[in-house]
Amino acid sequence: MPTNLSARPAPLPGSGLLLALVVFGGLLFTVAAALTDDPLFRMSCFVFVTAAVLAGFALTAGISSGQLKDEPDKYMDGVIRAGVIATMFWGAVGMLVGVVIAAQLSFPDLLYFPQAGWLNFGRLRPLHTSGVIFAFGGNALICTSFWVVQRTSRARLAGGIAPWFVFWGYQLFIVLAALGYVSGITQSREYAEPEWFVDLWLTVVWVAYLLVFLGTIWKRKEPHIYVANWFYLAFIVTIALLHVVNNLALPIDILSSRSYSLFSGVQDALTQWWYGHNAVGFFLTAGFLAMMYYFVPKRVERPVFSYRLSIVHFWALIFIYIWAGPHHLHYTALPQWAQTLGMTFSIMLWMPSWGGMINGLMTLSGAWDKLRTDPVVRMMVVAIAFYGMSTFEGPVMSIRAVNALSHYTDWTIGHVHSGALGWVGFISFGAIYCMVPWLWKKEKLFSNALVEWHFWIATTGILLYIAAMWVSGIMEGLMWREYTPQGFLAYSFIETVSAKHVENVIRTLGGLMFLSGTLIMIYNLIRTVRMPSVTQGDAGAPALSAPATA
Amino acid sequence: MSGHKPEKDDVTGVDTTGHEWDGIRELDNPLPRWWLWVFYASIVIAVIYWILMPAWPGISGYTHGVLGASDRTNVARAMDQLHAQRGKGAEVLKTASLEQIERDPDLQAYALAVGQSVFGDNCATCHGPGGAGGKGYPNLRDDIWIWGGTLEDIHHTLTVGVRSGDPNARMSQMPAFGRDGLLQQSQIDDLTEYVVQLSGRKANAVAASRAAPVFAEQCAVCHGPAGKGDPKVGAPDLTDNDWLYGAEPADIAGQIYNGRGGVMPAWGPRLSPETVKALAVYIHANAGGQDK
Repeated sequence: MPTNLSARPAPLPGSGLLLALVVFGGLLFTVAAALTDDPLFRMSCFVFVTAAVLAGFALTAGISSGQLKDEPDKYMDGVIRAGVIATMFWGAVGMLVGVVIAAQLSFPDLLYFPQAGWLNFGRLRPLHTSGVIFAFGGNALICTSFWVVQRTSRARLAGGIAPWFVFWGYQLFIVLAALGYVSGITQSREYAEPEWFVDLWLTVVWVAYLLVFLGTIWKRKEPHIYVANWFYLAFIVTIALLHVVNNLALPIDILSSRSYSLFSGVQDALTQWWYGHNAVGFFLTAGFLAMMYYFVPKRVERPVFSYRLSIVHFWALIFIYIWAGPHHLHYTALPQWAQTLGMTFSIMLWMPSWGGMINGLMTLSGAWDKLRTDPVVRMMVVAIAFYGMSTFEGPVMSIRAVNALSHYTDWTIGHVHSGALGWVGFISFGAIYCMVPWLWKKEKLFSNALVEWHFWIATTGILLYIAAMWVSGIMEGLMWREYTPQGFLAYSFIETVSAKHVENVIRTLGGLMFLSGTLIMIYNLIRTVRMPSVTQGDAGAPALSAPATA
Repeated sequence: MSGHKPEKDDVTGVDTTGHEWDGIRELDNPLPRWWLWVFYASIVIAVIYWILMPAWPGISGYTHGVLGASDRTNVARAMDQLHAQRGKGAEVLKTASLEQIERDPDLQAYALAVGQSVFGDNCATCHGPGGAGGKGYPNLRDDIWIWGGTLEDIHHTLTVGVRSGDPNARMSQMPAFGRDGLLQQSQIDDLTEYVVQLSGRKANAVAASRAAPVFAEQCAVCHGPAGKGDPKVGAPDLTDNDWLYGAEPADIAGQIYNGRGGVMPAWGPRLSPETVKALAVYIHANAGGQDK
């Protein structure tokens, strides 16, 4: 294509409109900051204003310098590179906070800071959970979905500047939420702590994400929609629904950071756990299954095991998952019939979950030798194994008799982390190890040996973590229900806390090992990006018009 | 677009579906039989459970299940069983006096078992699991008692609480001599030396002697002219060198300045009478309880 050097290239469609909206938003929040009496709301307004100023300068510079040019005949990969960097950055931050709060539980005397309230466990805990789930996991899902939907649709991302808006808008959401947690803005809903104005902002960003994804599928050049895209779409649509319904609330004032939920009592609890459990189902399961369905067959260069299984387990998973939330409220004020439904649907969920595991593992048939030779494949296979284990453990723990022992104990924490560290963490690491050489046009990773180190340190860390939590969870569950021969509780609560000290220390060590693995990975990726690029013939970026090659 | 045709996969000999995305193809394998049958079995288990147990909501009410199971009934039954288990001992505790409980070895053993459990669930939060207390929370293992250490005293303190809002609560309130401007800072500093001296430690004798008339005027009303305190009004002994809010001169000066007083809930309205009795016996036995 001939290039006219004298003319400024056309910017990405929508850049001018976005610049206008950014200026308008910046002014709006400046006014809000001036009018509000609520210092926490004012702080959040300043974050919005700062973001608007930065975005305004960046857009102006991008448009006038021509760097923000539209290249309709190429895949849009810049936003994915930014997403990979954000994923690894937030991953390290979120895991570090996790290690800190694990250490606080192990050594409460040493790591208690009465003068710095924001360093207390209660403030840092949501910072950790949101940091790893939404900041690390969310960025991993967004950037891999942008890669996968373009390649499997053979279409450039739709929406002009919109993908960049989704990326930076999501980072702004993370910063607003995180600053809110440490400064005390929370609506106290687990995994949905951000207040109403942050929720509204995320809704705007998420709808833009949905439209970009749908628009890209709409203009695809493949006759069929690939299975990974079904899962990504289910994740995006359902998270939008869950987010909006669970956060229905009335602010006490339009210039206040506080709000009241529209629900109350047991309805409120059930709405929250309908949200909470399906955040697991559609964010941490469906989204990352999408990742697996692309990166596993791509990396091992084998066909997906069964198309029919993928259809059946997809629809079974979608239909059954949405009912399972009440198992978080066994033996509470929730009516028993609702508990029954939560439990039985969780049991029926076992095989639909395992359908993904079978399809992932059996895709390796004919390529099992790669487990020995390629540590990235091994990482993804272990991820699938942890997926299988925690999706079996979940239904078991949903059985009321088991839940009577496991609920409120460390067993739950261990269960979550076998899924979060083992499944979500490892499948994301695998996908990013695959994507970085493709995105930065490198022949291969800087060091396979460092991937080996990452794999073994992190795997050992996970095993230490979950084994410690099984032991301490079952121990404290048994201690809580222990009666003296006279019919009185045998242990006070604080005795059950003291009894877990050794397990808490082991958990901290396991978390530290997992974090160390992530830091090794970041070093490896930085060295990979700084290697000389290959100019031609890499599989990652075929021209849009050319047929895809493996 | 329909250029893709099913072809045979060389490794497994299975046909592909003929679709291809970015080099990824799919095999046309059937659903694994074991997977399908376990899935069916889990559905059958769910349906059986629905028939047996409360399950599906309707317009009015819900299906109760053929077993007639009910969590509310189960809880009531479990509570009955628990009360039966607590049984005879609990019955006797209701009528026995505190002294009788302490003198009868069987009754005392029962009361100590109850007391330990109840202490862990209710008292350990402030007084610590072993009852050793902490700054602002009295130590229950020594022989120093602000409100008296006989069985009756302890039982009464437990029942009505301290500054608890209960109409009969143990009430005492040391004035905030500094905060409320009753004394000058220099007077408080002198008083601190005086109090340190009372506890038998080295102090600035000149300052202490300056404070003697102030002590007689302001403090002796409750703490007594010699500073020996009075459990009847909850005034701590200042001569025993045991300190609720800290032993350092700065701690003592702070207490004179602020006049702090902690709150203990009234347990009479929260626990059953026999439980409070058992708790009193437990605390009395585990501390240096006073006999009368």
